[in-house]
Order: sequence, then structure tokens, then C-alpha cells
Amino acid sequence: MILELNEQQVMIRNMVREFAAREIAPGAAERDRKEEYPDEILKKMAELGILGAIIPAQYGGPGLDHVTYATIIEEISRACASTGVVTSVHNSLTAWPIIQYGTEEQKAKYLPILARGEKIGAFGGTEPDAGSDLGAMKSTAELNGDHYILNGTKTFITSGPKAGIIIAFAVTDREKGPKGISAFIIESDFKGYKVGSIFEKIGINASMTSELIFEDMEVPKENLLGKEGEGFKIALSTLDGGRIGIAAQAVGIAQAALEESIAYSKQRHQFGKTISSFQAIQWMIADMATRIEASRFLVMNAAYLKDQGKRFSKEAAMAKLYAAQTAVDATDKAIQIFGGYGYTREYPVERLYRDARITGIYEGTSEVMKMVISSSLLR
Amino acid sequence: MNIVVCAKQVVDVGEIKVNPSTGKPILEGIPKKISDIDKNAAEEALRIKEKLKGKVTVITVGSEDARERIKEVLAMGADDAILIVPPDGADYHVVSNLIEKAIKDMGQVDLVLCGEASIDMFSGQMGPRIAGALGIPQLSYASKITAEADKITAERNMGDKRVVSESTYPALVTVTKEINVPRLPSLMQILGSAAKPIKIVKAADMGIPDLASKVILEDVKGLAMNRKNMIFKDDLDQAVKVLAENLSKDGVLG
Repeated sequence: MILELNEQQVMIRNMVREFAAREIAPGAAERDRKEEYPDEILKKMAELGILGAIIPAQYGGPGLDHVTYATIIEEISRACASTGVVTSVHNSLTAWPIIQYGTEEQKAKYLPILARGEKIGAFGGTEPDAGSDLGAMKSTAELNGDHYILNGTKTFITSGPKAGIIIAFAVTDREKGPKGISAFIIESDFKGYKVGSIFEKIGINASMTSELIFEDMEVPKENLLGKEGEGFKIALSTLDGGRIGIAAQAVGIAQAALEESIAYSKQRHQFGKTISSFQAIQWMIADMATRIEASRFLVMNAAYLKDQGKRFSKEAAMAKLYAAQTAVDATDKAIQIFGGYGYTREYPVERLYRDARITGIYEGTSEVMKMVISSSLLR
Repeated sequence: MNIVVCAKQVVDVGEIKVNPSTGKPILEGIPKKISDIDKNAAEEALRIKEKLKGKVTVITVGSEDARERIKEVLAMGADDAILIVPPDGADYHVVSNLIEKAIKDMGQVDLVLCGEASIDMFSGQMGPRIAGALGIPQLSYASKITAEADKITAERNMGDKRVVSESTYPALVTVTKEINVPRLPSLMQILGSAAKPIKIVKAADMGIPDLASKVILEDVKGLAMNRKNMIFKDDLDQAVKVLAENLSKDGVLG
């Protein structure tokens, strides 16, 4: 087993790292404070093929494997977790279900647009009363001639106000329970599509998060993704992959916290020595680094299995569960190492601390991850 | 316009640590990369190619693992590459002769671009030595280049003054870091670089009679900068006096 990136993957990582250092990191604190979406950065990412990383070459993307893709998400998130989640949702939750379940017409129509970054992707699963219990969704879709008529409200939608292409789910047959849910490719200019409230969050502030409201929204019949009733399956398999992206995002946030902590502890003097010479700090650094390394290997493992076409739900859940805990723990320790300065907005670790918290909530809470892991073990 | 870019694989010097007991740099496990200023040279070559059309060839002298690093320049847009594997311990004289021979073997070359120096040894000799070996004009330390069909003009940073020089082709130009910001290749270009040709040549097979180094590198050591950690706690006048005496004794005050 090889636990090392190949030369090409290293080259890609280095390019994205350089791009992130040049273009993403410098404005990250300001975008966070102003809650400013990274529109210009996403355009540049599209030009370099980063935005549509997993989109196959025949549809205008670089067609990267998921190991390399996870590496990219980590590097972007290391500079800015908001840009990281926007990229992850664009690929894992929007492009991927189209690649996997779309008809040739759907792929040819939507994937090049996503690859070029002309429209940003979003995923409309969660509803006010259907989060972890996705099967309880209330949105409906009724076939009426050539169109489905969708009604309902989706909430906590990453990139909601900016999205142009949305994978959304609605009930087509109430009696069948989860098997009566269907998936649709929605365009933001469909009649009856509306952006609802935009949320004020504690972190990932540069990624806009909102409600999406469908009011008698007309969706052409050909925009049904997969078959009627396959929506729940599509949602779950899509989220399995999304978790690799979010776990990679968590690793990126934690890695940034580690690097900030190392640099600060080597230049901060107390009692006539750098604080890095104190065991209390050394142990925190050692714990952070060890958990980050373990998280990264879990992410790589899940991504590798996905690339091999093997089952990876359990491994993706483990990666996300552990990486999210690691991100929260590492950013907490980083604040401790920075002391009073860490609690101020003068230094970047407070942003990392706020950004880390979401990784144990979205695309499946840590509790849902434990359900996924244990159910595959106790089956 | 046939352009050659000389690019060297170096260790990432920012990552090097010095062994405190031996003073020797620890090079094991340090990632390698293309020397930064050589990427500025590559960027300039690509801009000239975009303006005047032509071909960009990268020449590297280094170990065979440099193959992977050269792809960074191919991904930026260079067309092909030659990797020359030198004899062990090759000095500047040998390396510049290898590059000279490789360029001559290519046939028509109009312009050779180099970084002003490599970020590891920073001798700044390679460009001028290659120009000397080839017998072509050199424009060193260029911070701006204007290439036209029949001549090339360089604004050269000579420390306390800027000199504008002009030459016909063929010519060799060494560039400084300020000249540009090297482009980042797209993911598609990185994937595409795998298919671009890299010719690997062993120095011994190039038909150069003298491959003996004139300079022998005996040792490399890091600069040790140990703080004296002297704290002057006496009254101010006394402290200043002792400090001045100490600095004088150490030769700091001249």
C-alpha cells in the first residue's frame, strides 16, 4: 500500500498551494469579516481547472481522481475554509451526481458550465424539519405535462444566494416514504425559484448560506436526475463523497492552525525563552500534528477507495468524524498557544476556530457519522 | 524564435535546517523544486514565444529525478526539455560546457534565458559562462526585456544604476526575480505535461573531451549565529560603557 502522493499529485498540490498563497489567503480575514463571497477567486480557480476539479476532460474539466481532489480541498481550506466548502459543494455535491446519475444530455449541458465556473453549484437537501432525517422532507414535485411543479423550502444551502445550478430533492410519491423522493437539476433562473433568508453564521462567513424557496417552480421533465424515486439513494451516495471533501476541509483548517501555532510559539518569548521550548506547548503541537496526520490518512483512504470503485461510506464517515474533531481540537489548542492574542481578531487563529466548528455539523453531523460507522459494523 | 531556458533543480532552501553540532545543512527529506529565478526566466521565454511565435526548450543539468521537476516548466507552456546527467561533482565550468554543447547540438537557437543565479549556490556564474562558451552577447541582470523580431533590449539592474542594453540574436539574457510573476499552470496543463518530450542525455555520451572539474567543493556549512544573551542590569551609564566596550572588543564598532 502506498501512502504517498505521486509526482503529478505533488505538482498539482504545489500549484494549488501557490495559488492559495497568492490569491486566496491574503484576503481571507477581510472576506470573513465582511461576509464577502469569493466571486473573483472562483473565476480564477475556474481558469486553472481547480473549480471543476473532478469534472471529466470531455466536459471541460481536468477529471481528477478523488485523492488529488481531497488534496486540493485541503490546500484551499488551509487558506480559506469558506472557499474550501464552496469548492467542495461545487464538485462533490453538484458535479458528481450529474457525472454519476445524469443522462448524456444533462452532462453535456451542465458539466461544462460548472467546469468553466459560469455558474456555481449548490445542493438542496436539508429542509427546516428535515436535516439528519432527510427522508422526512416536505418539498413536493408533481408532474404536469412536460414539467414538474416543485414546492418547498430548502435551508442552510451553501452558496445559496450565488448558485446557478442546484441539485434539489422533492417528494414525488408520498406513500413510498424515502423511495418516493426524486432528484432534480434546478437552474436559478427557473420561474418560481427564490433565494430566502441569508444566515448570519459564526464561521465560514465568506461562503454565503441561505434558504432556497420553490414556489410552483417549473422544472422541465428532462431535468429529473436519475429515475423517479431514486432521489434518496442519490442524496446519500452524493453525501458520502461530499464527506471526503468536508473531511479534507477540516484537515486544511487544522493544518493552518498547526502552522500558525508552530510559527508563533517559536517567536513568542516568555520567561526569557521562546514558548516553543516549554513542554506544555510542545505536547500541544505534537498532539495536533499527530491527529492531523491520522485525519489526512483517513481522508486519503476514503478517497482511494472511492477511486477504486469500492465501498467507502464507512471510511468517509470515519474521516469526516475524526477530521472534524481534529479541526475543533487543533484550533482550540492554537488559541491556547496564542493566549490573549489568539482571542483577538488581530491574529488568524480565531477565524480558524470559528470555521472549524461547522465541519462536525454539515453534510452529516458527527452523530450521523457514528450511525453510519456503527451500522456498517453491527449489520 | 528558438528559445532555450536553463532551469536547475534545487532543494527548497527555505526548508533547510542546519545540524547544530556539525554545522552541516540537513538535506535529507527536503523537497526539491525548480530554482525560483529560473521560473522567472521561463515566464519571460513564454511571453516572448507568445509574442514572436517559436519554441521553448528547457535544459536542465541534474540527477535523473530532476525529470519530475522539469515538468513544472513544461506545464507552464515550454515545448520540450533536455535533461543532462552530469558527472559527479561537476563544477560550473563543466556544467556550462554541457549546456553549451547541448545548445550547439540543437542547431539554430536565438535566445538563451537564465535566472541571474540559482537559489541554492547563488554564484551567478552560469549565464555568463554559457554565453562565454557559446561566444554570444550576454545581457545580465535584466529586470525588463523587450524582444523584437530582430533585436532584444534589456533593462539591467546593476545595483546603483540601471543600464539599458540592446543586442541582436543570438543572445543570452539572465533575469532577476523582479522581472515578472511566473504563471501558475492550470490543472489541464499539469496533466498534459506528462506527455511532453524530455530527452535524457548522459554527459559522458555527449562527446565532450574534458569533463574534469576544476573546482572541488570540499564542504558546505551553515552560518552559525549564536546570541550572546548578555543582559546589562547596572545603572544606565555603566551599562552603556560596558556594552560599548564589548561591542568594540568584538569588532562590531569598527
